[in-house]
Amino acid sequence: MAVVTESSVNSAASNKVWRQEESTPFVEIKQVTKKFDDFAAVKNVSLDVYKNELFCLLGGSGSGKSTLLRMLAGFESPTSGEIIIDGVDMSGIPPWERPINMMFQSYALFPHLSVEANVAFGLKRQRIANVEVKRRVADIIDMVQLGHLAKRKPHMLSGGQRQRVALARALVKRPKLLLLDEPLGALDKKLREETQFELMRLQEELGITFIVVTHDQEEAMTLSTRIGVMDNGVIVQTAEPHQVYEFPSNRYVAEFIGNVNMFEGHVFSDERDCVIIQSDDVLGQIQVNHGISCVPNQKVAVAVRPEKIRISRTMPDSDKNRAQGKISDIAYMGGQSIFKVMLDSEKEIRVTQPNVARFIEDRLTWEDQVYVSWDPDSCVVLTS
Amino acid sequence: MMTTKKRKSSIWQLVSSSNIGRLFVILVPMLWLAAFFFIPFLVVFNISFTESAIAVPPYTSIFQWDATNTYATLKLNLGNYLFLFETSFYLDAYLSSIKIAGISTLITLLIGFPIAYFIARSSSTMRAVLLALVILPFWTSFLLRVYAWMGLLQKNGLINELLVSLGLVQHPVTMLQTDFAVYLGIVYTYLPFMILPLYTCLEKMDMSLVEAAQDLGAKPYQSFLHITLPLAKPGIIAGCLLVFIPAVGEFVIPALLGGSNTLMIGRVLWDEFFLNRDWPLASAVAIVMLLLLVGPIILMRKNNKEAL
Repeated sequence: MAVVTESSVNSAASNKVWRQEESTPFVEIKQVTKKFDDFAAVKNVSLDVYKNELFCLLGGSGSGKSTLLRMLAGFESPTSGEIIIDGVDMSGIPPWERPINMMFQSYALFPHLSVEANVAFGLKRQRIANVEVKRRVADIIDMVQLGHLAKRKPHMLSGGQRQRVALARALVKRPKLLLLDEPLGALDKKLREETQFELMRLQEELGITFIVVTHDQEEAMTLSTRIGVMDNGVIVQTAEPHQVYEFPSNRYVAEFIGNVNMFEGHVFSDERDCVIIQSDDVLGQIQVNHGISCVPNQKVAVAVRPEKIRISRTMPDSDKNRAQGKISDIAYMGGQSIFKVMLDSEKEIRVTQPNVARFIEDRLTWEDQVYVSWDPDSCVVLTS
Repeated sequence: MMTTKKRKSSIWQLVSSSNIGRLFVILVPMLWLAAFFFIPFLVVFNISFTESAIAVPPYTSIFQWDATNTYATLKLNLGNYLFLFETSFYLDAYLSSIKIAGISTLITLLIGFPIAYFIARSSSTMRAVLLALVILPFWTSFLLRVYAWMGLLQKNGLINELLVSLGLVQHPVTMLQTDFAVYLGIVYTYLPFMILPLYTCLEKMDMSLVEAAQDLGAKPYQSFLHITLPLAKPGIIAGCLLVFIPAVGEFVIPALLGGSNTLMIGRVLWDEFFLNRDWPLASAVAIVMLLLLVGPIILMRKNNKEAL
């Protein structure tokens, strides 16, 4: 159920600084390793994040994404490697001197202070005139639409309101870099979507660089200009959302982000602009229209997204990229339907089809014998 | 008719439902408090309005019966209270008790807070050990521990011998029977009562709050001042009350460790009761002390409620 909204891709398209050779990164993480006793939570990670980016660190629990974030904030120091923010080496600089603010997963609102006082806390630590503090606090509280709740204590607020207070508190100091730890984790679905767009709007308006940590691929897809997928302390792929989805660099990324069908096989012939893979999973051959570096007979997997597979009762024209099977399950989701097809090879695959027509006379149903097929351009060969 | 029926059913409900269980649960401690706190308080309150007499019990009754034994006259003797306020000795004793208890509470807080903070922030296995160490002194009788301090502090005690042998002092220092010994005794005895409520409070505190404060630019002392301390307030108040209240009325420590000029109301009370055998005056002393302590408790409760 991965949703790539066009808006996120478009907003990123306008200023893809990371694609320009000469641009200098705003945050440079250089070969950073963090060990807790013998356990390495982050292993030799290097990453550049550019100004005005909304970068998502995506990974499961224990992937090291939070540790990386805590090192950026200064709560942990790297065992080796260095972190440079805006040209300044951050080693030995304590959290309270970094030009960074963080929005905590638990929000970490001060329970004894009102909304106003929570937001003002950061400004009061700087030498700023009281009038100025009041003005900026009032401005930012209005921006997150909490003006009417300014005097309340955190325990009198709903989850969504608390989250907005936390955001306001992190933004009010106008940090160069804003870190967000699972910012939308505690919100219900509707509120999440609203907040996602609000975050994107804020990011464009304020021109702050965002680094977001999340385990939610949908969140990462919608929000970010680029995604760094983390697994086991390592960044396995750094790319724009649609690249991560359409061209995953390995099995982990393909399976972590969205749903995918994996066909195991081996290289049958490697031609100039295509590869033919012999796969027992489809009892036939798969043609992939992109070159890979491989040796004959090398074991590979072919990844095909469920929405890129066609399903029909009639036999497709091509003798490649197809398989025969029986519908084992159907889930009607309104806008689309999910079919589970048990192939003759005993491999079950997943196919999603948009429900274009309202009435279909001969609707596909359980136990139907069907053919599934896909284009040579729709699949990706994964060697690792 | 309707109303009586309704009443009946409501009484029936009261008896039949869980209310009776609830009532019983409340009743037992209430009876306990009544029997061992409220009634004795009334007895003492009563005695404080009588006059001392050579009799058994050694005070007069507040009721005077006429010759026919039909009329009773209530005769309250306010003399005991007047005497308390007129005699500077008692006033001094109250003030001195409050001063000693107050300073001891402050010292206990200053020592107890870092200990409680350290325990709350250590690993769970370490925490269990440290907490056990805090509670360990209770396994020995309080009196024994105070006697042990006498042994340590006296002229030829362990501490003095150590100081002399190290050459830090030429002659043994007089420590026993001074105010210093009283402070030491009170702080030592009541430290766990300060540490435990502080610990419970600090242990509950979310460490990410301190991180959030630091992230917003607060230096460690600022995050302590603006975040940790306000959040520990309930623990500080509870700990201070638990130390201050018994310390004001403390008798054993000033009697055993203090000198003849250490003036504390607990000792005055003892002397009045057992040496002078003036029960009415002793009762008045006790009642005034109680009122003195009830004042701050009510104030702090009010303060607590407002804070919420």
